[in-house]
Amino acid sequence: MKDKLIHSLETVGLGPVVPMVRLASGENPKQQLSEIFERIGLPILAIALFLLLWSVSAAKVQTSLGTLPGPAQVWQQYQGLVVEHKEERAKEVAFYERQEVRNAKKLAKNPDAKIKVRPYTGKETFFDQILTSLYTVFTGFILASLIAIPIGVACGLNKKLYGAVSPIIQILKPVSPLAWLPIVTMVVSAVYVSSDPMFSKSFVTSAITVTLCSLWPTLINTATGVASIDKDWLNVGRVIQLHWSKQVTKIAIPASLPMIFTGLRISLGIGWMVLIAAEMLAQNPGLGKFVWDEFQNGSSNSLGRIMVAVVVIGLIGYVLDWLMVSLQKIISHSSPENAR
Amino acid sequence: MQKSAPLSLQKIIKTTIAAAVVSASFVGFSHAEVGEPEKEDLKFGFIKLTDMAPLAVAYEKGYFEDEGLYVQLEAQANWKVLLDRVITGELDGAHMLAGQPLGATIGFGTKADIITAFSMDLNGNAITVSNDIWAQMKPHVPHKDGKPVHPIKADALKPVVDSYIDQGKPFNMGMVFPVSTHNYELRYWLAAGGIHPGYYAPHKGDTSGKIDADALLSVTPPPQMPSTMEAGTIYGYCVGEPWNQQAVFKGIGVPVVTDYEIWKNNPEKVFGVSQGWADEYPNTHIRVVKAMIRAAKWLDEENNKNRPEAVKILSKSQYVGADYDVIANSMTGTFEYEKGDKREVPDFNVFFRYNATYPYYSDAIWYLTQMRRWGQISDNKPDSWYMDIAKKVYRPDIYATAAKELIADGVIDASEFPNFETESGFKPPQTHFIDNIVYDGSKPNAYLDKFDIGLKKDDKI
Repeated sequence: MKDKLIHSLETVGLGPVVPMVRLASGENPKQQLSEIFERIGLPILAIALFLLLWSVSAAKVQTSLGTLPGPAQVWQQYQGLVVEHKEERAKEVAFYERQEVRNAKKLAKNPDAKIKVRPYTGKETFFDQILTSLYTVFTGFILASLIAIPIGVACGLNKKLYGAVSPIIQILKPVSPLAWLPIVTMVVSAVYVSSDPMFSKSFVTSAITVTLCSLWPTLINTATGVASIDKDWLNVGRVIQLHWSKQVTKIAIPASLPMIFTGLRISLGIGWMVLIAAEMLAQNPGLGKFVWDEFQNGSSNSLGRIMVAVVVIGLIGYVLDWLMVSLQKIISHSSPENAR
Repeated sequence: MQKSAPLSLQKIIKTTIAAAVVSASFVGFSHAEVGEPEKEDLKFGFIKLTDMAPLAVAYEKGYFEDEGLYVQLEAQANWKVLLDRVITGELDGAHMLAGQPLGATIGFGTKADIITAFSMDLNGNAITVSNDIWAQMKPHVPHKDGKPVHPIKADALKPVVDSYIDQGKPFNMGMVFPVSTHNYELRYWLAAGGIHPGYYAPHKGDTSGKIDADALLSVTPPPQMPSTMEAGTIYGYCVGEPWNQQAVFKGIGVPVVTDYEIWKNNPEKVFGVSQGWADEYPNTHIRVVKAMIRAAKWLDEENNKNRPEAVKILSKSQYVGADYDVIANSMTGTFEYEKGDKREVPDFNVFFRYNATYPYYSDAIWYLTQMRRWGQISDNKPDSWYMDIAKKVYRPDIYATAAKELIADGVIDASEFPNFETESGFKPPQTHFIDNIVYDGSKPNAYLDKFDIGLKKDDKI
């Protein structure tokens, strides 16, 4: 029971809690206490020190919008954003109520009138922007994985193919999102024409930019992973005359899963970083636009709000990475202690 | 199918009854009601400036919804992006510089048919110089009781610019767009003080406007003005509020003159839509104008009593987003020049009084004369050409329809509008310019002849 709990805690990345579980079950208290200090106490101490350093040094930087906000001001701005979010939701409810009344009136006037319920026209709050960004990054990331993994597997299995496309990959890999963005924007504007589009153009542009920048680590890692599988395994597959699709799904992919996941993890991290830049530059909805808008506002709250966004962007990036690691541990059945 | 005849008869009866019911509910309304809007979901663009207020107010006060319109307002990165998005149809309409529909129609910069039926405001801009430049200007500015005498003319700036030229250093200033009010106001002010702001020569591919220039003017988006000046890239700029008051608050610059002092009650922004959009959605267009006239009236009502509330709306992060105090400084009838030197300028922002919302042909023609004056229109044009373009772009007919609706609804009194039966679209000759030159919109070429600096009749770069 206890071992199972510890194992699952390790798997989801809650390793630091483990000593507490051991302590609760009465396992060598002295050793567990020092473990707790090491795995929980020290990081907390480091964070506290960092916050202290931040608040002291921020107070010394004088900008034209006042001093740089410290942790306390940033927390205050965060609460302000929460209040704004709640106000906006209340306005949304009122908006729908007004619309209902108006539609009812319209129907009374003309029973045949077509009634349409419109989505709320007010602004996106900070929290809406977070959801938009997450939605966009996952779309781009999944698209990138769907392209990168098959190509990577093919390249890994076939040396000649890998040799042929390798220069292209090497050249496209380092291209910055800021260079892709104008091209993607123009192409999407020209190609994606529809009077009632399913997705907005800005969403498509951001997602494709994320795809273009984040597919390379997965591709390269997959190819390397597949290429370095023990040759005997593939030979066995050949001997027992496995169909090539079975060889891929039963041997190549499972054997290279750890490498593929390492690639995916890097890809997702890059995608998240790229998305914020793309949104900022192209004014597409999301956290990047939030930062840009606040920069433009130049109000005395702006810097604090931008810092709230920075902290949130960092935390989300951390959570995304943690998700990928846990997923890797679960899927690849590797011992949790080894995969870090 | 054989049943179709009796069925349609039934339908006719039904419709007739419905029509009777509808008309019965409108007893007392003798005017022709504007039909249902063809398009109800709309997206309008704006730039973060206080003069977008009519849009924000029409949204927040529910005037758009009263017209059955569901409007989204979206801040745009700069004037170019805004104009392009109106042309491509991503935006249904936008808060625009008065010069933008005109410039687009004659093909300066981008070529597209953009029209306007609603003028958004009068005044609202100022020219700001950096602290350093102000210190150099100050000795040349006349003082009374220890305070500078306003309006400050560019005569005081001329020795500063001359010293830069002597040292071989460029004198850089910022404005927001080549066909912006700000570009023309800054040029007007500079030229009135003997500083040449430079010519454009689009027929030679020169669209930077720096030929023969003493002061080099370049484009900077409004919200970036203060930080660009702070960085030392430009020494001064002409921009709308709150970006002049922001310089005062930040302590980085001094607004030396407002546009109200350069040309009293000058037309500023307009609400622009593409010709194609206006043709496709005529009822929607009229309803939009109706909502915005109401918003403008609310903004000026009872001696600006609603202004504090308007400032509160504008200071929200989705609109202008600057601090309440910064926006209030210019929106509530005052203007702060040098820090601490706050003066009354009751008409700094006008949204409704003096027929501010009516699209006058003479306003359009003034912009065209300035385009000609600075070479954006490279060839001589007859007076009739100015009139033709103005009639193509400015649409008082649409405005009048919307206004008559509001009068009939009893929302606004007829006396608050121009008399539509007799209105010619030309304001009487205007005398309130900083250089005392009189502008008569019916004689554009004669007007151009009056300037010392600037292209005249047959001049060509």
